[in-house]
Amino acid sequence: MPVLEIKALSKNFGGLKAVNNFQLELEEGEIVGLIGPNGAGKTTVFNLITGIYVPTGGSIMFGGEQINGLPPFRICQRGIARTFQNIRLFKENSVLDNVRAVFHPRVRYNLLDAFLRSPRYNAEEERILAESMELLATLNLADRANQKASSLPYGDQRRLEIARSLASRPKLLLLDEPAAGMNPGEVSRMVDLVRMIKEKFNLTVLLIEHQMGMVMNLCERLVVMDFGQIIATGTPAEIRDNPVVLEAYLGKGATVA
Amino acid sequence: MKISRQTIILLILAAVFYALVKCLQLTGVLSQYWQLVLDQALVTVIGALGLSLIYGFTGQFSLGHAAFYGLGAYTAGVIDKVYGNGSILFFFISILAGALLAGLVALIIGLPILRLRSDYLGIATLGFGIIVRVGMENANKVIPVLGGATGMSGTPQTANFDLIFVLVLVVILLVRNFIFSTYGRACTSIREDEIAADLMGIDTTRYKVLSFVLGCALAGLAGGIYAHRYPFLHPASFDFLKSFDFLLIVVLGGLGSMTGTIFTAIGWGFLLEVLRAVLGENFIDWRGVIYALILIVAIILRPQGLFSGKELGLLLPRPLPLTTTSGKERTHAGTGN
Repeated sequence: MPVLEIKALSKNFGGLKAVNNFQLELEEGEIVGLIGPNGAGKTTVFNLITGIYVPTGGSIMFGGEQINGLPPFRICQRGIARTFQNIRLFKENSVLDNVRAVFHPRVRYNLLDAFLRSPRYNAEEERILAESMELLATLNLADRANQKASSLPYGDQRRLEIARSLASRPKLLLLDEPAAGMNPGEVSRMVDLVRMIKEKFNLTVLLIEHQMGMVMNLCERLVVMDFGQIIATGTPAEIRDNPVVLEAYLGKGATVA
Repeated sequence: MKISRQTIILLILAAVFYALVKCLQLTGVLSQYWQLVLDQALVTVIGALGLSLIYGFTGQFSLGHAAFYGLGAYTAGVIDKVYGNGSILFFFISILAGALLAGLVALIIGLPILRLRSDYLGIATLGFGIIVRVGMENANKVIPVLGGATGMSGTPQTANFDLIFVLVLVVILLVRNFIFSTYGRACTSIREDEIAADLMGIDTTRYKVLSFVLGCALAGLAGGIYAHRYPFLHPASFDFLKSFDFLLIVVLGGLGSMTGTIFTAIGWGFLLEVLRAVLGENFIDWRGVIYALILIVAIILRPQGLFSGKELGLLLPRPLPLTTTSGKERTHAGTGN
């Protein structure tokens, strides 16, 4: 059974068909890239999967259950986490608290425990702290735990976003341009990082990316969108030579030099 | 139950403060008048911490805090006046009833409005404040004992410095425990980025409502205590200007800082009385001008508030045992926008 199964998904904004008849199946453990020119509707697909937008039509099945129409926090609790194209950290909170906040739905103490700092509160807080620090250590952020999130350098902020999304224990991770604005060295480190967390946390990964180096290296399969529709799917090698894709990116008449 | 070192130091400092006030009382330095000012400043601390929770920590803008304060005051006042006998038991029953009613009303208002994002709460609470004020002015037509526009008196003056001081301390500890728990982290993440919090599995509506209800219940509690320390309740004491007082305290103290709220609430109470002493009868007329001036100067000199996002170490959880700390800043609940 596929982890994620999207059928005939569409989203209209007034007369604009931002996503039209979008199909996607993700098998467990896959890394799939979603690419396409700017404005193709890639981020809209992410917003539909995570519940920010309610689809105009179609269905999204996650782990065999329909999730479209659920509020975002429920979808996250079921096991889909994401990062954002333009980083959206809890800026003024500490790096540690950015991660700890996401543990919230799985915290096993109630409001009264919190007010009275009961033994259950202490035990849970210790567990959350230990697990958060472990997660930060995995992403090489442990020594920054006490800093404000907004004070981190750009690359660290990107990694903190990933750490934060992992804190929700996702099965499916959606990465929205994780390597945007990075130089080739940083991109290759990001490729290694995504591979590492995929193995370590048993993830299925869907990623949007413009950095072709990253996409070609990392993804087993690519889905290419243009004007809200899928125009091609296939392995990176197939996509590289697909004339339809080249036309979408470069215009008619383009050839590979 | 483990009591942290921070809590113990906090309690010791509180005891020192208490002893100091007692000394001033015994030596006669602290007159009854200034004692009343201090007591009311402490009551304001409780109410302001409520707004701090709502606005400073959860980022929800409320313009009607005094309405909840007034609801608590009238509820507690009338319960103790009609049924009470001046005993401490009725003091507690009535202030808890005041807090509960304020919390309940906040729940009824908050549930529909806090589903929405951004500033709708500000508009709704502004309207609610006006409704409450008008309701208080005409309340005697339904329940004569409430006194309406002429005000209400006759509530037993059970509260004294000792009682108020203990209550303030308890509230500070409870609010601190809330903020440095998973609930507090849910609230601050909503303040920082509501959409991101939602996408990270936090039921944003629920925690906005929770913090609004808790904050308003604290306002109700403060109101109830006020009714037991100031013999005369009048609708004008709970109007928009009073809401503005709370807002000013929270913003001036720095959003997201309990320390700031506490010190500013006390300082604000004394500042107003000093101004009243200096300006005499002109004070009422000049009040609006002075408020505006203080705000303008504060925004120019220190837009982030006095304690923006910083807390006294005593209020913080134990610092992390990190091997390397490259940042100067310590863990705190952060500032507002």
